[in-house]
Amino acid sequence: MSAEAARLRAKTWICATVVVLSNVFGNFFLKRGMPAELPSPLAYITALFRPAAALGVVLLVTWMLLRMALLSWADLSYVLPVTSIGYVLVALVGKLLLNEEISVHRWAGIVLIMGGVALVGGGSAVQTGHGGPQR
Amino acid sequence: MKWAMIAIIVASTAAGEVAAARGMRQHGEIRDFRPGALGRAAALLTRNRFVIGSVAAMAVSFFAYMRLLTIADLSFAVPATAVTYALETVLAKYVLKEHVNWLRWAGAAMVICGVALVSL
Repeated sequence: MSAEAARLRAKTWICATVVVLSNVFGNFFLKRGMPAELPSPLAYITALFRPAAALGVVLLVTWMLLRMALLSWADLSYVLPVTSIGYVLVALVGKLLLNEEISVHRWAGIVLIMGGVALVGGGSAVQTGHGGPQR
Repeated sequence: MKWAMIAIIVASTAAGEVAAARGMRQHGEIRDFRPGALGRAAALLTRNRFVIGSVAAMAVSFFAYMRLLTIADLSFAVPATAVTYALETVLAKYVLKEHVNWLRWAGAAMVICGVALVSL
């Protein structure tokens, strides 16, 4: 592996890890901060000022910006499965912190998702598509 | 209502992510993560129509997701919206012209099956 490929690989994994964690905890805090009902459009805005929801929004904005940065050098068809490990972590957070049920089906699904991530994660992230930099 | 929200989230997320991938590809690799450099990159990106379209689509997705979270479990809401994987992998191949090799197809297929199981 060339030095450039190794640099991109390390950068991809660091960025993907932060993308996944910000998404998982962003979703968790948003769920914690949501009221039982959102009766009007104004309720959506006021809900965002509840502390847990606000923290969730900050983490989800971080997730979106870092994911865009990741897409500046990696293929979408690589980023999608690799960051899907977040689904596993969300299920675990749902169980451990929100006391949600995880059935046998969900555990089987989690194993499949992890298998898919391992399969794609071993490959190269470098962009293969058209429409590169136009500067 | 639950499935209507999921349909809105899937359509807007897929459109938003494909537009983001296209816009970020036009911009080129972000190498400098210092605040000043990131600010300059952000200023450049606000003039990229694909990035602007992406942010608008993601905003629609976000408010639909907020609504979904009030009526569904977190461990249902997140995986159920992952139907976008199938759509986005196909769009990556045919719209972004990415080289989706067999490893990526197999990985995406496993993730989609896993997500379907998690959603049951």
